[in-house]
Amino acid sequence: MAFLEVEDLKVHFPIQGGVFGRTVDHVRAVDGVSFSIEKGKTYGLVGESGSGKTTTGRAIIGLNKIAAGKVIFDGQDITDLRRSKMGARRDIQMIFQDPYSTLNPKKRVLDIVSEPLRNYENLSRSEEKKRVGELLELVGLSPESIHKYPHEFSGGQRQRIGIARAIALKPKLIIADEPVSALDVSVQAQVLNFMQEIQKELGLTYLFISHDLGIIKHMCDRIGIMYKGRYVEEGTPEDIFKNPQHIYSKRLVAAIPDIDPRKREQQVQFRQAVKVEYEQSYSDYFDDLGLAYKLQPVSDTHLVALPGKG
Amino acid sequence: MGNPVLEIKNLRTSFRIKDNYYAAVDDVSLTVEKNELLAIVGESGCGKSAFAFSIMGLHSQAKVEGDIYFKGQNIANISTAKLNELRGNKMGMIFQDSLSALNPLMTIGDQIDEIIYIHNSKLPKKERKERVIDLLNKVGIVDPAFTHDQFPHELSGGMRQRVVIAMAIANEPELLIADEPTTALDVTIQSQILDLIKKLKEEIHAGIILITHDLAVVAEMADRVAVMYAGQIVEIADVYTLFENPLHPYTRSLLNSVPNSNEVQSELHVIEGIVPSLQNLLREGCRFSPRIPWIDESAHEKNPVLHEVSPGHFVRCTCYQQFSFPEKSKEDQYHGVS
Amino acid sequence: MWKFTVRRIGIMIPQIALLSLLIFIMAKMMPGDALSGLIDPSIDPATIEAMRKKLGLDNPWHIQYMDWIKGVAQGDFGQSFRFKMPVTELISQRLVNTFWLSLVTLILTYLIAIPLGITSGRYNDSWADRLITGYTYVGFAAPLFIFALVMLWIFGFHFGWFPTSGSVTPGLSPGSFEYVLSKINHLLLPSLSMALIATVSTVQYLRSEIIDTKQKEFVVTARAKGASESRVYNRHILRNSLLPIAAFFGYEITGLIGGTIFIENIFGYPGMGQLFIESISLRDFSVVTSVVLIFGIASILGALISDIILSIVDPRIRIK
Repeated sequence: MAFLEVEDLKVHFPIQGGVFGRTVDHVRAVDGVSFSIEKGKTYGLVGESGSGKTTTGRAIIGLNKIAAGKVIFDGQDITDLRRSKMGARRDIQMIFQDPYSTLNPKKRVLDIVSEPLRNYENLSRSEEKKRVGELLELVGLSPESIHKYPHEFSGGQRQRIGIARAIALKPKLIIADEPVSALDVSVQAQVLNFMQEIQKELGLTYLFISHDLGIIKHMCDRIGIMYKGRYVEEGTPEDIFKNPQHIYSKRLVAAIPDIDPRKREQQVQFRQAVKVEYEQSYSDYFDDLGLAYKLQPVSDTHLVALPGKG
Repeated sequence: MGNPVLEIKNLRTSFRIKDNYYAAVDDVSLTVEKNELLAIVGESGCGKSAFAFSIMGLHSQAKVEGDIYFKGQNIANISTAKLNELRGNKMGMIFQDSLSALNPLMTIGDQIDEIIYIHNSKLPKKERKERVIDLLNKVGIVDPAFTHDQFPHELSGGMRQRVVIAMAIANEPELLIADEPTTALDVTIQSQILDLIKKLKEEIHAGIILITHDLAVVAEMADRVAVMYAGQIVEIADVYTLFENPLHPYTRSLLNSVPNSNEVQSELHVIEGIVPSLQNLLREGCRFSPRIPWIDESAHEKNPVLHEVSPGHFVRCTCYQQFSFPEKSKEDQYHGVS
Repeated sequence: MWKFTVRRIGIMIPQIALLSLLIFIMAKMMPGDALSGLIDPSIDPATIEAMRKKLGLDNPWHIQYMDWIKGVAQGDFGQSFRFKMPVTELISQRLVNTFWLSLVTLILTYLIAIPLGITSGRYNDSWADRLITGYTYVGFAAPLFIFALVMLWIFGFHFGWFPTSGSVTPGLSPGSFEYVLSKINHLLLPSLSMALIATVSTVQYLRSEIIDTKQKEFVVTARAKGASESRVYNRHILRNSLLPIAAFFGYEITGLIGGTIFIENIFGYPGMGQLFIESISLRDFSVVTSVVLIFGIASILGALISDIILSIVDPRIRIK
């Protein structure tokens, strides 16, 4: 049994229309997504804006309403978080993209980081202070900074505060939604390294959501690629980057700019070839609505959305 | 070096904070040739956008000193009216965030039409419209006549960026400045937009300045690269030299801090400290020295200047000669993968 | 666009229904009724009771309400007990007066606000801006009724440039040129007094809109296009800053209602505001409810106009 199991997850958003603003249809933001994460591993969810990757993450933690499907965490069904035990909720935490807007600017670091503690644990003031101090030390900030406000920190430090808040309750699973997209490259490296360090230290499991394939490749043990609310391909980094099978994954991989200027020509040709293939074989990979088919295994680790056999 | 489109000498752009002026761009000199794509790389706060704005004369509050020669004419201190004859005409600019760069209340057609009208008001309306449609076509808008009458918010991010590009090239500029043109876009859209810029470069033979923080984009696009740190150029070289033989500690650190899609690194290089703010910037000595504290002070120059280490390859300060990464992560460096 | 308008009007109907109900209930809660102020206290209570019955004043409240609504829908607001004439007749002439007063005030408000707001916003932190901002602070701080009294004293009594009460010089035949001139002459001082105070919020609003828009990126784009400074202002900054002002227009109407109540009383101008105060002190409750209802509907219509204007000028709303 995997640590986190997502089965046929669906999340729909209503579309309002007409004179009275009734719900006329639904956007199938997440349309039947299944995957599982092993304990202590990092699972990468990739896709472009609108692919449903963020919605998937938010649905797992209960921020988006699940229309259908199941989420099983550590052997426990947490599909309906309100009905499931509170325990699951504190075991899963989230790190958000923008360290500038997700920290309340009017609150001190102490209050920000201790917020989850206050919700779940009854600590005295001094215990709380001690815990927050420890957490800050863990994320590499000086314990004195508890009385500072978010604007006194740099972007990378702010993201560390966000991480300190996320790990305050010693969660088992962290959903990281584009945690470094708003940061400069050098700061990005800092946060990524740090996330790997605490993963080892605390035995964390990550669901890492990003549009940056380079970072996903660097961080993840397994990768799922989403397109229009569905999976198009899933596999190890090796499978995805060396041997992409679905035409959408190929396009995505081909689009990554290469850091070696000598490979320019090669890259252009690769892209051109993929483009031609995309145009010629589009209908082989997508149904009449332009959506991906169900995943089919092509090897032990590698699944690709292909039309049903026979 | 024949006749550069743009030649900048000792450009200094300072902003006023409280009662003092602080230089965000500090003594930058460079040239851009016709048909050349010069990339300027650096992290936020290094002065690359301030530099671009200075060339276009778009700063309203800053003090800009130095010389900016556009095709031999010094435009650093000319009147706004004179500058307006060049801006949007012979000098075009592509902005990062296409949604806020377009006027929300004007149709796409009107916004492109405006730039043609300003520089060629005698052209009849009908012909201008034809040119607008042509331009939309050129930047790969599928249904130009329809898009012509749409408003910015009705388009996708990629489409909007195409419109911004169409606007920048409307009068066939000889210098095109692209300020982070793909930062806000998805990777497949990014590659389309970059392809478009490459294609246009061949068509209009302009000199292009591409400002970006993304080294991979640089590797794909640039002919020459200038790396900026704390308002100064710390290294400048042709693209192959820069990626194969990076010398300045900052360049090397940057290259090592990005996850490299070709190799697997266990740990990324972290540059110590943070990019200094304008007020806290070290004005004397090597500006990068606080971020490589393990390098002996004597390795730095008192007044670091650009040294030409090979033809066309300049590096600031002498510290590059003694620079190496600290022991801890040495094995993870990007050349030697364990 | 039409969908938006239809939906917007759809929202308005329950608003008006609720408003009428509230007004009716409040009127009922006022101490005394039409008869208590009218009738000689020496009259036999039984007779009063009989009169009450005859007028339907002892029916259950919902029946009274329905009677009232039915009347209102047909343009019959009932009978004024004080003036012994139909409320409709009493109101109609005053409504016209107040309409003109409001319209002139509104025009003056914008005539003052737009140039001042633009100057202040475009040249912010200049001397002109400081002067204008200073004026707006005074305007915010000065109570309308005191300012109006000062204006009346200076220009009406001291200099004698303007008439000090009424809406027209008596004795002129309606429709004649002199009659129209006299009307305008009577309007000017009260509307100017009101406009000078009412305009300050619009000036401030426009100023901050312009300062805000000046820093937008599309303005930088416009400069990068080579647009001249006047073009940048006229085509980009002003147009985008005036948009919220246009939307604000409907809400100005609401503000005007409050203003007319003071102004009409101070300038002895026979309009709705004056009627409102008069009928309250006379406990002429059929008139009070009618006036309040009309004020309320005017405010709701104002909001409607605002939203429709906004949907016309802002493409981002138009397509929804």
